[in-house]
Amino acid sequence: MDTDHRPQTDGAVVAPDADAPPAAPPRIDCRDIRVFYGATQAIHNVSMSFPDRAVTALIGPSGCGKSTFLRCLNRMNDTIENCRVEGQILMDGQDINDHSIDAVLLRSRVGMVFQKPNPFPKSIYDNIAYGPRIHGLASGREDLDAIVEKSLRRAGLWEEVKDRLQAPGTSLSGGQQQRLCIARAIAVRPEVILMDEPCSALDPVATARIEELIDELRKRYCIVIVTHSMQQAARVSQRTAFFHLGNLIEMGETEQIFTNPREKRTEDYITGRYG
Amino acid sequence: MLQQLGHLPMGWLLIALIAVFASVAFFTGRVRAERILLSGATELHSRPNYHGYFVTMWAVIPAILVALAYAIGAESVSRGQLTSELPPAFELLSAPELQTYLDSVAHAARSRDYAGTDLVFTAVTNRYLEILGGLNIAALVLMALGAVGGLFLARKRLAASFRARSLVERGMEGVLFFCAVVAIATTVGIVVSLLYESIQFFSVVPIWDFLFGTRWNAQTEAEFGALPLFFGTFMIALIAMCVAAPIGLFSAIYLSEYAGPKVRAWIKPILEILAGIPTVVYGFFALLVVAPAVRSLAIWINETLINVGLASEPLLAAQPTSALAAGLVMGIMVIPFVSSLSDDVINAVPQTLRDGAYALGATKSETVRNVVVPAALPGIIAALLLAVSRAIGETMIVVMAAGKSARISMDPTSDLTTITVQIVSLMTGETGFDDPKTLSAFALGLVLFAVTLLFNVIALRVVQKYREKYD
Amino acid sequence: MTDPAASAFSTPDALKRLKRRRAADVRFRLYGMGAIFLALGALVLLAMSIGAQAVSAATYHVVRYDITLDPAVITPPGEETPEEIARNVDGFWELLRDNLLATFPEANKDRAARMEVSEFVTRLAVLPTAKRVASQPQLLGNAITLKAPLNDDLDLYLKGQAFAERRVGTGAISGVLPQDDGSAQIEGQGAFAPIKTAMMTLEADGINLSEASVLLTSGSSTGRLHDIQSDSASIELLTGTLEAFQGSSATARIIALPEAQRVISDQQIAWTLALKDMDRISRVPRWSLLTNSDSTYPELAGGLAALVGSLFTMLVTALVAIPIGILAAVYLEEFAPKNRLTDFIEVNINNLAAVPSIVFGLLGAAVYINFLGMPRSAPLVGGLVLALMTFPVVIIAARAALKAVPPSVRSGALAIGASQMQTVFHHVVPLAAPGIFTGAILGMARALGETAPLLLIGMVAFVGDVPTSPTDESTVMPVLIYTWSNNAERAWEPMTSAMIVILLAVLLLMNGLVVFLRRKYERRW
Repeated sequence: MDTDHRPQTDGAVVAPDADAPPAAPPRIDCRDIRVFYGATQAIHNVSMSFPDRAVTALIGPSGCGKSTFLRCLNRMNDTIENCRVEGQILMDGQDINDHSIDAVLLRSRVGMVFQKPNPFPKSIYDNIAYGPRIHGLASGREDLDAIVEKSLRRAGLWEEVKDRLQAPGTSLSGGQQQRLCIARAIAVRPEVILMDEPCSALDPVATARIEELIDELRKRYCIVIVTHSMQQAARVSQRTAFFHLGNLIEMGETEQIFTNPREKRTEDYITGRYG
Repeated sequence: MLQQLGHLPMGWLLIALIAVFASVAFFTGRVRAERILLSGATELHSRPNYHGYFVTMWAVIPAILVALAYAIGAESVSRGQLTSELPPAFELLSAPELQTYLDSVAHAARSRDYAGTDLVFTAVTNRYLEILGGLNIAALVLMALGAVGGLFLARKRLAASFRARSLVERGMEGVLFFCAVVAIATTVGIVVSLLYESIQFFSVVPIWDFLFGTRWNAQTEAEFGALPLFFGTFMIALIAMCVAAPIGLFSAIYLSEYAGPKVRAWIKPILEILAGIPTVVYGFFALLVVAPAVRSLAIWINETLINVGLASEPLLAAQPTSALAAGLVMGIMVIPFVSSLSDDVINAVPQTLRDGAYALGATKSETVRNVVVPAALPGIIAALLLAVSRAIGETMIVVMAAGKSARISMDPTSDLTTITVQIVSLMTGETGFDDPKTLSAFALGLVLFAVTLLFNVIALRVVQKYREKYD
Repeated sequence: MTDPAASAFSTPDALKRLKRRRAADVRFRLYGMGAIFLALGALVLLAMSIGAQAVSAATYHVVRYDITLDPAVITPPGEETPEEIARNVDGFWELLRDNLLATFPEANKDRAARMEVSEFVTRLAVLPTAKRVASQPQLLGNAITLKAPLNDDLDLYLKGQAFAERRVGTGAISGVLPQDDGSAQIEGQGAFAPIKTAMMTLEADGINLSEASVLLTSGSSTGRLHDIQSDSASIELLTGTLEAFQGSSATARIIALPEAQRVISDQQIAWTLALKDMDRISRVPRWSLLTNSDSTYPELAGGLAALVGSLFTMLVTALVAIPIGILAAVYLEEFAPKNRLTDFIEVNINNLAAVPSIVFGLLGAAVYINFLGMPRSAPLVGGLVLALMTFPVVIIAARAALKAVPPSVRSGALAIGASQMQTVFHHVVPLAAPGIFTGAILGMARALGETAPLLLIGMVAFVGDVPTSPTDESTVMPVLIYTWSNNAERAWEPMTSAMIVILLAVLLLMNGLVVFLRRKYERRW
């Protein structure tokens, strides 16, 4: 695979230079994150930050805790019994685990896309409109229509579904379903989008389509993507973090990680010694 | 002599004989196979036991066939023969009277206690015993012939290369298949017996009058308009579902989405106790506690309305047994049918759907209401259909607490009757099988069977589709 | 994207909206808890109401009689055979009645009073004694002590379940002045004030006392009070002596329900209280509930015949339904080819499990009784009907158990050269046995509680004798419950509840066995 393939940036955000600081201030800043499932510790003291308007990829062998870490960022771990998160996650300077922050509002600002496309058992339209409805983002029917159209357009799905908005979401193909889920996340006007292996259930063509979309979305959002495919990380991300056994081993500019890793373990993983 | 044979305890005798033939045949076959083994140097294809089983099979199958034929036919054959021999005077008796007479003859014959009754009766009973004795001895002889014949035929076939095991196994498979076919036979039996009696009924009462007539007075007036019964059944099932659907559904939602594993482990079995309580107990509960409570409540409402001036006379019927009482208790009974199946289907909704909703910032109740329940909806509908079918077919609660007056009334505190109540009251009287009263019970049974079958088939289909979707 | 961070999480609009959504969330959760509580509450109410009634039926009152077995009364003239003695229930009963008449001389005064005393014990209550004497003729002429159940209404009265009664103690009674009409004037300083107070309280509660009875009891003596003043009252003696009231305090019973509306009279209450005072009435466990058969008198009725009937019925059901169910399940799970016929069988089984039970009753009436001429009311027929209902349940459970046996067991057996039949019966079925049997027990438990189909095949008949074979006329426990619940007398209510508790206890035992089997043998593959 051609690791040098870099998505065309609009020049404003990320410079390819290895040591250049991120252009935007960190959107999310994690300090000493520890996650426990009952007595087992899944994440050990991870500190890292995510810049705005850039894609950060989390890579690592399966079971290394990258998905668990991702789920901390919108407090999805709250829904799992006996899961405990310690440490500070600052979003725009505010601790998201603070008691005063409601997870429901947090999640409206931090969208998430899952491994397997999971459209609701509703029409395409209602799938998109659901989020704006519960959060009261639309003032009327026309407003809602506009949000749906805009979200679908941004997810690059509008042309394919505009004539059948009332068809069930499950009637779409796998790749379309995943774009529908992305559109659904966008519709709530999040600032951050988390993606948990969004292409692992898709064929190469659909994967390419999603990757293009991610690159498009980078202009507006802070994106964190977990992927098991190093090629994908290299293709879509500007920054990459390597996890191993619940530890953050290395974090840096994607190009630096893939061409000149500082850690032996990172190099071993990238060159395919394990994982 | 024959008369004495009429007293033989044929049931035990036949079973004992089959057991004797079976063991004799088994040892015959086994010994024969061992002999073959001793005499020749060759190896047996099958172990001696299988030769034993093979011979047993051949001996026992004819014996069982004879026993079955006897069990099914003996009584009717002997009665038929007896009827044809009765003196002409008996022709004056109507069919049910003759039936009753023959019943008493059979009863007297069984109990041997008919000395001192009138001469004709004694003579008829003696003759009946003679005929029965003849049949008994014939059955025993036939059985012995069949068993011994089978035994010898089978024994002759035994040889070193004889594939006894595969034949035994094929026979065994036949038995297994027969057992499975009993399911079809039962359904066929239900359909045929209901249809047969119903067709007889509809030759007396036009089907149209039965289905759409509004007057039901089967016991006294021979009026067979079943609409009030359908109405009562519907009304009580509706009340039951008004109780069971919300309680069952919310219980299922609470147990699957909110309750912790410990609470779940306790509450779920306790809820299922409700399904294990015999319906007669619910009926007694309705009669003892709920019906009087409903009545007092209705009387209180009546008085209050009159006192306030909203009504000038009692508005509610406030009867001692009422549709509301029966419906409420039936609702309690049906709760576990709704909750347990709903719980299953809600649990089958993939976690990813819930995650999707949470990730959009939905609260727990929004996730449940907008995503989980719609996803589980087919299964929930199936659960409700099964519960409705259960409520429609439920008998004891309504027999004990719903009343017997066939009427169409929207007042839930009046007593309404149902299909099942009428079936019970029509079938527990002393009437023969050719009486329209009895036949109408079968027509009602047919309607009941058809409706519940429809609900069940739809529900099972829906559940199956649903399972395929998420498996 | 440069807004201050804090505001994004707490715009007033979003917060207001969130508050509403959170409230809806809490409400929804409460609905769920409410539903659970309603369901559990219904169960508790059912258990409590039936349990409370059953407890009162668990014991009953018996009266002790010291009688001499006078041959002149109990052996009919010229018929001294044991059979005739056993049959002469009337003679034995007369001995008991005469014993009561001797205890209460006032009962001899007229026919009506004799009738009232006769109601204390029913004729059939002496049947066990009659049988005992018949088998032991040497008892004739001797004195014996026997205990016979008290009339069910008086039994309920003593248990305090017949009607409301207020008891108050009086002050000391100083004088008893007999009057010409047989009554007496009793006096005592403020002795009857407590009665007046109690009556005023009752009337204040809206209870009509215009036809109330006020009974005054001291020792074995009881009288009815009239003209009650604080210091005096007129007493009409019902039993005992007037002297008994002299110089002592007594107990008054205020019964608001008019005597005409009661099944038991003031006189009978007076006698009952006297017998109790003489220590001739005792409250004992009602074993007769398990050792007696059905009777038209609640104090004699029991469930033995129905228990045995249930046993025979279950025996037939088990012998038919369990083997057929298991073999059919084995066929469908292990041997059946996938074709239309087996699909049809599957659909059939699932539907049969959901067919209303009463339809099986119709089937039984039409096929077994009308077509095959089998006897009505017999456990044989009942068992066969229930078997048809039960075997689909057994099949479904057995199939689930067979399915749970991993394929590796089958391949292992087949690989060492076992035939398919041997594999299934030597390896798969034994491994699935606990599951199969728990399913079978659950099916049997369901059959044991079934009532409706048995009504249709005539098992509602009154059965006074314990059946001895599956073809005898018989009834079963749930049907007995139904029959008893139809009886009008009040005493049947606790009896029915007690029978229900017995039935539920058996069912609980069966389910307990299932839980035990599951705990012991359940394995996860």
